[in-house]
Amino acid sequence: MSTVETPSQNGRSEHGSSRVKRGLAEMLKGGVIMDVVNAEQARIAEEAGAVAVMALERVPADIRSQGGVARMSDPDLIDGIIGAVSIPVMAKARIGHFVEAQVLQVLGVDYIDESEVLSPADYVNHIDKWKFQVPFVCGATNLGEALRRINEGAAMIRSKGEAGTGDVSEATKHIRKIKSEIAALSSMSKDELYVAAKELQAPYDLVVEIAETGTLPVVLFTAGGVATPADAAMMMQLGADGVFVGSGVFKSGNPAERAAAIVKATTFYDDPSVVAEVSRGLGEAMVGINVADVPAPHRLSERGW
Amino acid sequence: MLRSLGADAVPVRRPEEIADLDGLVIPGGESSVMDKLSRAFGLAEPLKSAIAAGLPVYGTCAGLIMLADTVLDAIAGQQTLGGLPISVRRNAFGNQIDSFETDLAIPELGDATVHAVFIRAPVVEAVEDGVTVLAQLDDGRIVAVESQNLLGTAFHPEVTGDTRFHQYFLHKIRDRVLPPVD
Repeated sequence: MSTVETPSQNGRSEHGSSRVKRGLAEMLKGGVIMDVVNAEQARIAEEAGAVAVMALERVPADIRSQGGVARMSDPDLIDGIIGAVSIPVMAKARIGHFVEAQVLQVLGVDYIDESEVLSPADYVNHIDKWKFQVPFVCGATNLGEALRRINEGAAMIRSKGEAGTGDVSEATKHIRKIKSEIAALSSMSKDELYVAAKELQAPYDLVVEIAETGTLPVVLFTAGGVATPADAAMMMQLGADGVFVGSGVFKSGNPAERAAAIVKATTFYDDPSVVAEVSRGLGEAMVGINVADVPAPHRLSERGW
Repeated sequence: MLRSLGADAVPVRRPEEIADLDGLVIPGGESSVMDKLSRAFGLAEPLKSAIAAGLPVYGTCAGLIMLADTVLDAIAGQQTLGGLPISVRRNAFGNQIDSFETDLAIPELGDATVHAVFIRAPVVEAVEDGVTVLAQLDDGRIVAVESQNLLGTAFHPEVTGDTRFHQYFLHKIRDRVLPPVD
């Protein structure tokens, strides 16, 4: 191997810019991000082909069944997960809990999810995400909510769905809603956008940008209730850039195989023969709860605004 | 980006789609996942043959890793397509907060610097003879290389809208498909 001489006409470098923050989400497109609570699960997820893992204290199904306040994970667990895998590690902070976010940034996570799955720490304000060098992903149930999060500095959006249920209907509702609201903006004339911004409760400049480009300025994943390869493929066909799978993997009978199957179905989302093939013999899916049976005050997707 | 430069660009996910190609771009993403899926769906072996037969391939970031003969810090069992006689280190800069953008001097692409975005990027730690180094960071670490039909960058020119790398790659393809007549 030969060595090479060093040039030096290069310019200055910049960290933590929007381009760099949004760019990581771009690189995850078409992939599956899996919830994990410890290093062993993280290794299974990486081995199955996850593009990133999401560290949290308990998976949503357990938060739902055990109740109590759900918080950021123990730093030891996050360190363990970062040490166990080479793919990006995301971790959840409570809505509005900017100190949990500061801690996660110091721990070196690659993305922070300001998540309604944990108990909110502030019922008025979300975290001012511009202050951080680490990028944030936030949940949204509609376009207005997505744009408010982007205005606060979110570099990636995921539709919320109803986490911990295994019922994909809310995820379907949210991704359809966001997509149809974007399409509606694209068809409006310029003078209609002022009222549209008012009705969406979103910044006018962002509304104009969406109307012009016909797409969000950040990557849009979907989450909440995805439990099978077919669920994941459906989210992709509805226009998601990728999929988060929470309880669906590690609350099922055979996590490693189900995780790998969901990855393949997400890649070949438009090929039913592949989705059929990978869906065979996966054993029990997570048991699941119908969202209609969850009383409204216990619906996680209604947290955040 | 390739379409804006006049090329006909199509996604490739299946082995039978390789035969029609004049060139291939392997984009950013997660190299360990690309490796698994390309082997699971029978894409890896035909791609290796096509690379050996001279198919021009441009890899960015994870794509560069897929083209490298040797990967440092690979996950257990991770393989590459290979073809570029280099060693790359995955995720060489650290976590996402260490990701950055900068301007690189690349004389082959003209006097103006190339704005380059590095996202959990790899670096080239060693090159064999026959590999041309196109760009280096101030500390000397190699971030863009070329060898015969293969081109690789640790960064993402597509993120900034600078078309020169893609243009350069299209010229490589044209020279192979339509050799100069004089």
